[in-house]
Amino acid sequence: MYETTYHRAGSVADAVRMIADAEDGKFLGGGQTLLPTMKQRLAAPSDLVDVTKIPEMKGIREEGGQIVIGAATPHAEVAASDLVKSRLPGLATLAGGIGDPAVRHMGTIGGSIANNDPAADYPAALVGLGATVTTSKRTFSAEDFFIGMFDTALDDDEIVISVSFPAAEKSAYAKYPNPASRYAMAGVFVARHSDGSVRVAVTGAGHYGVFRVDGMEEALASNWSPDAVAGIHVDSGGMLHDVHGSAHYRANLVTVMAKRAVAAAG
Amino acid sequence: MRAVRQVLRQTETGKTGLRRISGTGGTGAFFGRETMAVEGIGARALRKEDKRFITGKGRYTDDIVAPGMGYAAFVRSPHAHARIRSIDSGAASVMPGVDAVLTGDQLVGDGVGNIICGWMIHSKDGSPMKMGGWRALEPEVVRHVGQAVAVVIADTLAQARDAADAVVVDYEELPSVTNAVAALGPDAPQIHPEAEGNLIFDWEIGDEAAVNAAFENAAHVTRMNIQNNRVVPNPMEPRAALADYNSAEEHFTLYTTSQNPHVARLVLSAFYNIAPEHKLRVIAPDVGGGFGAKIYIYPEEMVCLWASKRVNRPVKWACDRTEAFLTDAHGRDHESEAELALDSDNKIIGLRVKTVANLGAYMSLFSSSVPTYLYATLLSGQYNIPAIHANVKAVYTNTTPVDAYRGAGRPEATYLIERMMETAAREVGLSPAEFRRRNFVRSFPHQTPVIMCYDAGDYDATLDAALSAADYDGFAARKAEAASRGKLRGIGLSCYIEACGIAPSAAVGSLGAGVGLWESAEVRVNPVGTIEILTGSHSHGQGHETTFSQLICERFGIDSDSVAIVHGDTDKVQFGMGTYGSRSGAVGMSAIVKALDKVEAKAKKIAAHLMEASEGDIQIEGGELKVAGTDKKLSFTEVALAAYTAHNLPEGMEPGLKEGAFYDPTNFTFPAGTYVCEVEIDPETGKTEIVNFVAADDFGKIINPMIVEGQVHGGLTQGIGQALLESVTYGENGQLLTATYMDYAMPRADDVPSFNLSTHETLCPGNPLGIKGCGEAGAIGSPPAIINAITDAIGNNDLSMPAKPEKVWALYNSTMKQAAE
Amino acid sequence: MSKVSMVLNGKAVSADVEDRTLLVSFIREVRQLTGTHVGCDTSQCGACVVHVDGRAVKSCTMLAAQADGAEVLTIEGLASNGTLHPIQAAFREHHGLQCGFCTPGMILSALDMINRHGAGNLDEKTIRHELEGNICRCTGYHNIVKAIKAASDQMAGMAQAAE
Repeated sequence: MYETTYHRAGSVADAVRMIADAEDGKFLGGGQTLLPTMKQRLAAPSDLVDVTKIPEMKGIREEGGQIVIGAATPHAEVAASDLVKSRLPGLATLAGGIGDPAVRHMGTIGGSIANNDPAADYPAALVGLGATVTTSKRTFSAEDFFIGMFDTALDDDEIVISVSFPAAEKSAYAKYPNPASRYAMAGVFVARHSDGSVRVAVTGAGHYGVFRVDGMEEALASNWSPDAVAGIHVDSGGMLHDVHGSAHYRANLVTVMAKRAVAAAG
Repeated sequence: MRAVRQVLRQTETGKTGLRRISGTGGTGAFFGRETMAVEGIGARALRKEDKRFITGKGRYTDDIVAPGMGYAAFVRSPHAHARIRSIDSGAASVMPGVDAVLTGDQLVGDGVGNIICGWMIHSKDGSPMKMGGWRALEPEVVRHVGQAVAVVIADTLAQARDAADAVVVDYEELPSVTNAVAALGPDAPQIHPEAEGNLIFDWEIGDEAAVNAAFENAAHVTRMNIQNNRVVPNPMEPRAALADYNSAEEHFTLYTTSQNPHVARLVLSAFYNIAPEHKLRVIAPDVGGGFGAKIYIYPEEMVCLWASKRVNRPVKWACDRTEAFLTDAHGRDHESEAELALDSDNKIIGLRVKTVANLGAYMSLFSSSVPTYLYATLLSGQYNIPAIHANVKAVYTNTTPVDAYRGAGRPEATYLIERMMETAAREVGLSPAEFRRRNFVRSFPHQTPVIMCYDAGDYDATLDAALSAADYDGFAARKAEAASRGKLRGIGLSCYIEACGIAPSAAVGSLGAGVGLWESAEVRVNPVGTIEILTGSHSHGQGHETTFSQLICERFGIDSDSVAIVHGDTDKVQFGMGTYGSRSGAVGMSAIVKALDKVEAKAKKIAAHLMEASEGDIQIEGGELKVAGTDKKLSFTEVALAAYTAHNLPEGMEPGLKEGAFYDPTNFTFPAGTYVCEVEIDPETGKTEIVNFVAADDFGKIINPMIVEGQVHGGLTQGIGQALLESVTYGENGQLLTATYMDYAMPRADDVPSFNLSTHETLCPGNPLGIKGCGEAGAIGSPPAIINAITDAIGNNDLSMPAKPEKVWALYNSTMKQAAE
Repeated sequence: MSKVSMVLNGKAVSADVEDRTLLVSFIREVRQLTGTHVGCDTSQCGACVVHVDGRAVKSCTMLAAQADGAEVLTIEGLASNGTLHPIQAAFREHHGLQCGFCTPGMILSALDMINRHGAGNLDEKTIRHELEGNICRCTGYHNIVKAIKAASDQMAGMAQAAE
């Protein structure tokens, strides 16, 4: 790791000022992706601004029918939250399956979505549930927030403060993990909302990160059952291909995980 | 009828051979509350070494600091094959904290020798193997990604790494090849000038004419192409070195992660010209696993020694995991064609094997022996095969060097013959168990057509035990039940045999080994009766401090707290050959037994003299030397003290009670057994779950069943890793694509089941304890059982390791598609 | 350089270190507590697991500065007054270690999972799943799983006896 300067921000305003003052600064959440990248010398920020101690970015609360999760909330807390478990069981499952227990104690939802790793889990939940991302400057719909592989709509000096999830009638997440890294090779989040609308969001498999599967959403809207998606296949042309699996295999996993997510949602 | 004794399906409390003189029997939860048990051969003695490891007091190489030490960071080739035009270390050498940037030109200029392979193999035309030059820092042509070309020594590790990044190496990239068969092709790039066409040797064993005759008369021939995938040993402790040169004494000390510190010293001194042996002390302290990878003397450790003198300060290097993937010797990597000839009774009459072995970019220390004498000599398996011929071509490629990894050659042989056996059985319509049984060796000694002479075994016994424990007969019902849940269930067998305790020295010397393969021991009885055992074996997880102590407890009836095992330091221990090839029990313990014999004889002489009795009447029991039939006795302490005070010794006897022994075995040992694997496959994803794994092993005499079981668990899991998960993958231009745990799948707790083990003892007649060895069996025997189970489940035999889900899924789908057409 | 202070195994410590110093380097090199190990660079192996404010974390994937002001527990701080923690004792009793390198991280992960699930509430499947972030190359996990189950059950018994 190259030398860097560590700052601990006490407030969002603090954090934004620290980044503005830095030559090439980066916000530091739990650091579970950023620090390994820096250790491999693939990233060399001049300054790190630790945002995990900012009170307004922590905690989980219910607000106007939405579940609001502070960006600095670690995955373990989301997974263990009674509120999340009861209102958005798919989100609790998803958070409880990220990395491993030690990673979940450090890694945060804000850090995860700001990095937008194409194999990360959270983007599937945000898109699947139609979440809203609140930043230090504005709000985004999830779909506007995620732009592409490792890319978001965030400005360099913009920080995620919280994510608001509308409560869903049913939600579930099924993930096929990479046997080495345990990141998603295909993770499918399904949700049915009280207005009957359905969302199916896929992570891990696509070239450009998280995406929705319209055909599955339509099929599930009229028939909420695993069988409804069993025959629906995504185009392998848009799927990742690497040492862990071909595009063709990943496309298959999307269908299989979608079936299992619907089954788990009940 | 059978000379087999069912030794155990030990329960947790079944402490055979346990004789407690007092003790707790509890959890051992207190530091001060050590058991005072006399735990001899066969006891499930808890490990003496554990307390330091569970409290963080282990002492591994990277834990050790020397005053004033600097840190090394290596500059490594990003190319698989390239000519070095220049190395510019100007900017790096003036960076903060930097002592020196050293390159291969300086290393060669200082007379440091090339890294060598220590086992000579001759091709079938009689020519010696073609060994290319390997320098610890390469000055001219790099031949694999990660090869070291320079080293930076600096005050801190971070400074060393910063400066290593600033060394500018100008490379002219050359074409590269990573696949061994491709490397033999006409268009392949030439890797070493010494080895034309990248062929290191073209070796053969067995009677080709006899095999050809057998195939002419065959009623059935089974043919397969079989790959054995390249894997990385991955001990959890990465390699490390702390080299300390004392200019006043012209003396070097090297702390390092070695399985065999004496061999390291010998090679560093005799071949690499670092220092004469008496000026070089090698210490291998606690070592965090080896599995073969820590046998060899690598460039980095050599460079640290040399650099320590160059910069006149101690130099520390600790490998990171990616460096380990790039530089630790890899394992396996064979491509074979195999043919098995059967007669009309389904008895095997011939086996023909052609193997191409990938040895990587350089010949590592024992690399040449692995695909030859450790491989082809085991192709007979547990079977009577009258004619075998094997041809092995060893090949250079632009990949990390390949050498012995847990099993070394024997897993490759076992995988080949056991997949052939299962396949042949299916082809001729016999049950895999029955087909194997029909061909078992049953009379001993048994001379195979490929050198080995099996000395003892009972293959029916381990097969019977395994089938029974696996409820083999009930499989059909389980398969049907699994099908009702949408799962594909399969069962597979593997009847392995291996050879351990490679020996005797004269024999391995005649086969090309550059060293003898004996072991040494010294038994030092101190004046107060405590005992130190100095052994040339090295423990890096095997628990020698416990099991070796059990030999002394057994012999003298003293408690294990009175015994210390000393190992891993060339200044303390007489010469030794280290630990690999499951040799510490069969060879290392035998040396201890020989030394104990001498100590016992002398102690009895002294006791007889002191008690005015006949030597033949002295018996040792419970820590006392007694005169049989009387109440006369002396404690072991009293006899030891008498030996050292020397006030009253038999006429002409030297004082002291200390004896040494060197033990050279008379033959290899032959552990064997049967493994049964049962799997369930998810047809939608191709993911395999091992739902039951049964191992029935014959390891000969077992000193500590608990430790033996642990060895089997670990070996099986490495075999599962190879069969299901682990695969070294090189990409275009020879880049290693699996160089971290993000991409190289290591078995984790949820990838493996709990195991069902048993042991069945036939004693090895070749050593005094009857030990065969247990360290590698699990890794040797398990891969074919797993693959046989998967191919059984999916009804398609065209499967290679690792059986990644995608591969299994695609094969199953193609089988279903064909069936539907 | 920054001053980093923490309570390490019950003792207040502080040192001036480069900001890039990892927590594991602070523990091993600055404080010379070498029971915490480094087995990989990518946060998979778990040899470096320690507890920060009562939760298991990978100390190779955390800056020392992030732990400024925290309470840190390493393997050296687990036994108290010469008495092994039940998990340490169980690892020995059940032969849950061989080379010992992964063991400190395994033990601290085990403590964390018992804390979260409650003593006595662990079955084999849960333990295996919970060990996702800890790699052992020696034991095949068989005896590690047994040791953790035994420790969990024993700790439940101890808690009950104390009531």
